[in-house]
Amino acid sequence: MRNGKSAVRDSFLWGLGLLLMLAALYMVFAYVPTEKNTGIVQRIFYFHVPLAWVSFLAFFITFIFSILYLGKRAVKWDALAHASAEVGVIFTTLVLITGPIWAKPVWGIWWTWDARLTTSLVLWLIYLAYLLVRGLTAEPERGARFSAVIGIVGFIDVPIVFLTVNLWRTQHPTTIVFEGGLTAPMLATLLVCVTAFTVLYALLTWQSARLKTLEAEFRRLTMMQTEKEE
Amino acid sequence: MLGQVITILWKDIQTELRTKEVITSVLVFALLVLVIFVFAFGIGESPVNEVTPGILWAALTFGGILGGNRIFAVEKENSRLEGLMLCPVDRAVIYWGKLAGNFVFMLFVAAVVTPVFLALFNLPLFLPALPPVILLAVAGFAAAGTLFAAVAINTRARDIMLPLLFLPVAVPVIVAAVEATGLVLAGRPWGEMLIWLQIMAAFDIIYLVASTLVFEFVIEE
Repeated sequence: MRNGKSAVRDSFLWGLGLLLMLAALYMVFAYVPTEKNTGIVQRIFYFHVPLAWVSFLAFFITFIFSILYLGKRAVKWDALAHASAEVGVIFTTLVLITGPIWAKPVWGIWWTWDARLTTSLVLWLIYLAYLLVRGLTAEPERGARFSAVIGIVGFIDVPIVFLTVNLWRTQHPTTIVFEGGLTAPMLATLLVCVTAFTVLYALLTWQSARLKTLEAEFRRLTMMQTEKEE
Repeated sequence: MLGQVITILWKDIQTELRTKEVITSVLVFALLVLVIFVFAFGIGESPVNEVTPGILWAALTFGGILGGNRIFAVEKENSRLEGLMLCPVDRAVIYWGKLAGNFVFMLFVAAVVTPVFLALFNLPLFLPALPPVILLAVAGFAAAGTLFAAVAINTRARDIMLPLLFLPVAVPVIVAAVEATGLVLAGRPWGEMLIWLQIMAAFDIIYLVASTLVFEFVIEE
């Protein structure tokens, strides 16, 4: 439950997130020099890479909390797994949007079936199904169990998909991949962006998981009330 | 354990033999997919090309989904799943029993559809390297498909849920099966397709183990 102390802690964390995000924006648009081969469009790299990192992290967290939920059956583990998957799907969507925006001017193509792109796409589809299963199951407890199962067996597919697509593409025309060394300011900007997006992910997941836990609690109390009245 | 699995498998085979509902509709559907894809790609008379092995696997994948939906749908009628769960057997046995049924069923579909496919494309009917590819791919389809079918049947969307869950996860098997079949049709040596067989075997083992472990959470009430 919320009290004065946790409200102060929350404001502090959101303040930290805001500061980091502002610092990231400043570094991406003002501080870091323009990459000389690919030009201004390369700056999207500082959003694209952190987003991709956070989406993998998010699905890994969902995997861990799904196992915990099936083991312990505490609503909070399910809420965390669910919230993390939601944020993960949003971030993967952004990865799949920022990727082509960057690829078109640099590679001349929107999309290529390379291992990383294809794995992101497959992941996105798996976790959309994860969210759909939950939404389309009548009882919340059953939906939680089903999605926990998908959160586990979906995640173990990731290395196999990556390996397979990698082999599959090496048998076909190879793609041109951005290969440029990162200079110190570029690396610093990337690190600040990664930190900012990781904090944003943690805040969103935490907030959403708390809401889901309260919703479950509300449902439980309403059910108790109805039973009493009957 | 094995005896219990075989009992469930035998029950499913007997039910299917009495009605022949599912097997007939899935077979006709898979053959239709073959024919439609030939029209869709406009490859009637052209020799074997990159698309050809994909047509076989599109037919087997879609047929498998149609059949997979039935594997637990029959158990939903007259609370048969509850009856099955009341049996004094481990939940993993129920998974393996249903999996065995799914596997035998899909193998039968593949055994009919593949020769038709080979004949339609004027390919040699006897290709000794093809059965291992089909066996490993169908095992992977059955391993993941049986678990997802048990999930799908308990959701409101039912029939549409299975492909949504199954297809993205089955991507490695589909890619490996298509690549390996392409190599077989091109008459390439065993060594080249070994890696694809290994990928399918790895997928099969991982999903058999993982599904055995999590299946009890899917059907518990």
